[in-house]
Amino acid sequence: MTGRRALLWLAVVAIMVFCLFPFYWLINTSLKTGTDLSAANLVPPNPSLDNYESIFGDADFTTALRNSIVVASLTTFFALLFGSFAAYALARLRFRFKFLILAIVLSITTFPPIAIAAPIFKLWTDTGLYDTLFGLVPPYLTFSLPLTIYILASFFKEIPRELEDAALVDGATHFQAFYKVVLPLAAPGFVTAGLLAFIEAWNQFLFAITLTSSPEARPVPAALAFFTGSQQFEVPLGTITAATVVITVPLVIVVLIFQRRIVAGLTAGAVKG
Amino acid sequence: MEAATVARPRKRRSGLSERRLAAAMVSPSLIVIALVAAYPIGYAIWLSLNEYSVRVPGLSRWAGVKNYETALSSSEFWDAFRNTMVFTGISVSIELVLGIAFALAMHQAFRGRAVLRATVLVPWAVLTFGSGLLWRSIFEPDLGFANSMMSALGLPGADIVWLGTEGYAMAVMIFADVWKTAPFMALLLLAGLQVIPDELYDAAKVDGATTWERFRRITLPLLKPAILVALLFRTLDALRVFDLPFALTQGANGTSTLSLYAYQELTANRLVGLGSALSVLTFVTVMIVSFMYIRFVGGNIRGLADD
Repeated sequence: MTGRRALLWLAVVAIMVFCLFPFYWLINTSLKTGTDLSAANLVPPNPSLDNYESIFGDADFTTALRNSIVVASLTTFFALLFGSFAAYALARLRFRFKFLILAIVLSITTFPPIAIAAPIFKLWTDTGLYDTLFGLVPPYLTFSLPLTIYILASFFKEIPRELEDAALVDGATHFQAFYKVVLPLAAPGFVTAGLLAFIEAWNQFLFAITLTSSPEARPVPAALAFFTGSQQFEVPLGTITAATVVITVPLVIVVLIFQRRIVAGLTAGAVKG
Repeated sequence: MEAATVARPRKRRSGLSERRLAAAMVSPSLIVIALVAAYPIGYAIWLSLNEYSVRVPGLSRWAGVKNYETALSSSEFWDAFRNTMVFTGISVSIELVLGIAFALAMHQAFRGRAVLRATVLVPWAVLTFGSGLLWRSIFEPDLGFANSMMSALGLPGADIVWLGTEGYAMAVMIFADVWKTAPFMALLLLAGLQVIPDELYDAAKVDGATTWERFRRITLPLLKPAILVALLFRTLDALRVFDLPFALTQGANGTSTLSLYAYQELTANRLVGLGSALSVLTFVTVMIVSFMYIRFVGGNIRGLADD
């Protein structure tokens, strides 16, 4: 039995190192400057925040950071608004073509963004949405909606039907039952779905680089791509790692705080059958 | 019986009928999907059936399937196709094996289990493009951690130019993907493990089954639905891989993928017709694979729609 125990601890340590070491290395590198960057020290010999000062002094980066926050927040808002309506209808109401609609929504999760990048680029150029912050929201929303709907529908299904029925008996309409009874009870589901929608939008890369061209509209991933692409031969390792830390650490902290909610959301589809 | 009839009143004082309300509630989502996914995919097919003047913007003429012929007879397309399949096959297989191993470890009762479960979320929370940059910095020639470590330890391979060599570049890309998503796979599978009743294991132990037998006869079969869903998610994601090769190599040295190749034809080479044909071919590839999967996991989707 002790042998098994030792094996388990070995596995646990291995998993933790596997998951955390690269992340640690990222932070480690971001604190190095000059020649230290080329040394494989596990701890920065002369830790400095120069790289951070340099990216926060770069207007393109700070604008991109603001852009990412705005676009991801707008996407999350609309995903929750539209998604909760659709989820409620799918979870609770009786209507025709329910399975077909669910299949269409879920099929979007299989969509390769590249398949629609060129047409959206053309449509956005024609309509003036190209290279605007707001133009990024519809494509981001499309890819955030399916998971939002799926998670919220799973949450709605777990709310006892009797509660809505009681409201209906008291003369409430279905829609009133939805927003007065179901919505407040499903608040944890909104936290989960909202976080995942935000992360999905924060992560979007392909639309970010195809639908923007100026620093004013670029979200962070696109700014980073531009950042690295311009200096092909001399990689600004210090500033790139610092920028990656800045866009990743807040997300990691939020994910750790809400880990139970997020795991519940991610696995909503995996175990229900 | 009495309660059931009271609980589902047929007549309400006001508001839309149930069916109309349902239509009103699903339409915002459906309109977004129609405008930003369905219509553009139709438009992409149209674009792919025309050819465009490089010199005069906006000038085009009907080309039929010519762009598809060009795509399917180009070695770049088949390289990208093969790379995508190799990447998907290898990375998803490793992720499945590691994911099961991680999930089994996370399922054990021990002090610090909560910490472990939190830890595995860290790679998942790292932006995909950011993780590409992270691995690029680690595998940077000379400067990077990989080479410095190898030379410090006196290991062979300290002078390998990881991202500049065919084969190694793909290996780095697979490794980067495994790092980010094996933990995600583990979480999906852990959820599957948690619903397997302990009594089954106890009964098997009483019958004298070994650990391996218990794993093979109980864990694997009962985990199958969770495995299929996890495989579906991961395979479809891997087939669309774009951020990683873009960050690591820009598709050089045997890491060009279907999405990245189509993107490059569309943007760098401004070949709208060919680029669109390539995009449609990527779409079709992903669709074929997902239909094959959904035949297995279709029941899970139906479960949500039914009451």
